[in-house]
Amino acid sequence: MKKGNTIFFENKPAILSYAAVCGTKESEGVIGSFADVVLKDDMFGESTFEKAECKMLSTAISLAVKKSGLDEGDIDVLFSGDLLNQIISASFAARNYDFPFLGVYSACSTMSESILLGSTLVDGGYVNTAVCATGSHFASAERQYRYPLELGCTRPPQAQWTVTGAGGLVLGRSQKGVKVTCGTMGRVRDFGVTDVNNMGAAMAPAAADTIIRHFRDTQTEPADFDLILTGDLGALGSRILKDLTWEKGFDISANHVDCGEIIYKVVESEFQGGSGAGCSATVLNSYILEKMNAGLYKRVLFAATGALLSTVSSGQGESIPCISHAVRLEI
Amino acid sequence: MTAKPRENSNQNYLNYVKTQDPPTKHLNNCVSAFLVGGFICSIGQFIRYLLEYAGLSGDELAGATSIILIFLGCLLTGLGVYDRIGRYAGAGSIVPITGFANSVTSPAIEFKTEGWIYGMAAKMFTVAGAIIVFGVFSGVIVGLVYMFV
Amino acid sequence: MQAELLQILLTYLKAFAVGGGICLLAQIIINFTDLTAGKILVYFMLAGVVLTATGVYQPLVEFAGAGATVPISGFGYLLANGAMKGAEKGFFYAVTGSLAAASAGVTAAVVFAFLMALIFKSRTKRS
Repeated sequence: MKKGNTIFFENKPAILSYAAVCGTKESEGVIGSFADVVLKDDMFGESTFEKAECKMLSTAISLAVKKSGLDEGDIDVLFSGDLLNQIISASFAARNYDFPFLGVYSACSTMSESILLGSTLVDGGYVNTAVCATGSHFASAERQYRYPLELGCTRPPQAQWTVTGAGGLVLGRSQKGVKVTCGTMGRVRDFGVTDVNNMGAAMAPAAADTIIRHFRDTQTEPADFDLILTGDLGALGSRILKDLTWEKGFDISANHVDCGEIIYKVVESEFQGGSGAGCSATVLNSYILEKMNAGLYKRVLFAATGALLSTVSSGQGESIPCISHAVRLEI
Repeated sequence: MTAKPRENSNQNYLNYVKTQDPPTKHLNNCVSAFLVGGFICSIGQFIRYLLEYAGLSGDELAGATSIILIFLGCLLTGLGVYDRIGRYAGAGSIVPITGFANSVTSPAIEFKTEGWIYGMAAKMFTVAGAIIVFGVFSGVIVGLVYMFV
Repeated sequence: MQAELLQILLTYLKAFAVGGGICLLAQIIINFTDLTAGKILVYFMLAGVVLTATGVYQPLVEFAGAGATVPISGFGYLLANGAMKGAEKGFFYAVTGSLAAASAGVTAAVVFAFLMALIFKSRTKRS
């Protein structure tokens, strides 16, 4: 069933299991004690950062499948994507598995888009189980989107820090566990922000758009949720999001939390907080789902945000189009 | 959003974002740029004195000084120290010749994973290439102008 | 002896002040415009070329020594100076003079960067 841009999952696909892998810097923060695997060093025993990212992603996928108690043969489909060109980490991780792979690219909102797509297939009865996973690595993102690591340049105060980490979850049919009850598909929004260091400001309008449409389509209001969880807006973007939604008559300031804002222990030196596909993936698949299963949060709106730019587009002076997909998680 | 013309709402938003920008620490930035920049130049002066003492002069002296500074810049980049200094000093470590060395060395180290020829060698001047291009071009123009004017 | 020491100290002070001042100027431009580091380097180098060609930079070099030659504008000074000296010798040297003068710096950068790439790997950062 669909209303507006929101799909309602009548059979309520459940999150059977989840797993998260995080880097050393991330492990010092809130997710440290919840993550399944903590990297000892950011190379993860590999020779390049790209290989390390790929290995993190496949570790998260394998762990999630293992924790669900299913065999790899029981998995019907894998949805995955990442930030690197041609989503190489996801495709290269997928070659380790015998189940089908559907690659998705939605920048940092890959986690929520893949949950949305996976839930749709599970809900429709087309597949029994679906794995959704994504990840990112600071060093590989830095060299693709910005400068070589050793270049001595300053970070502007608006900048964010790409999270090293990966997270994955298994969707299936079950009476127990967290259910995905509905999801709102995002629209691409572009308010003309061109500053590639200010992703929070670029993505906030997309997040506000999706969150407000979710409220309107489902006739809910912010107080109906225990948590409204955005992906990687950072401190600055979160402030802007609260202003934008408040302007439309929805005050989310009481229960809004941003993964990027909470992931690092000290926000000061990371400036606005974390970013990257791995940011929302690790926080959701460790801390948030753990707390939901413990009954602390009963209803969470998870709206990860993505900036759909490339180095070519920003080099040509284009502004940054952004997107946000939301899924509602309930227990 | 639909009520307002698209361009207008964009401009409103951009103006609003500007008001939300976290403040740049102008004074801190400038003081550290001045101190680090000045310090690197003093090291240059020190090397100049040493070489002068060793008996060099003229073009040889200037060339040897910059070679030593560039070596130091490259070495600190390789050791992973220069980007630390850069984060703190900003322009203070970018503008001196050691910053040029850093901008040549960092892509060379970074992209060697993509092969020695297309990675390390071809991408060595991704950042510093512009300096060579504009430098040589403007140098030729200056030469020609002096020749014929 | 004491006068000589004072002289040396003064030279360092001048190098520090002028070199620091050039970096300070660049930092102010970075702070108040959205120019990136790469662009700043090119503009300062070009400024060095223009100031040398118009005869402004030479006195500054004589005054501040390394304070004026170590910043990237000193690279521009080297290029323009080489071209101007070459122009006195003939057309061929007018064209090749600038790069010939800068050859030490460029060669050193290429050779040392190559060596460093042989030895070191880039590493991930924690802050």
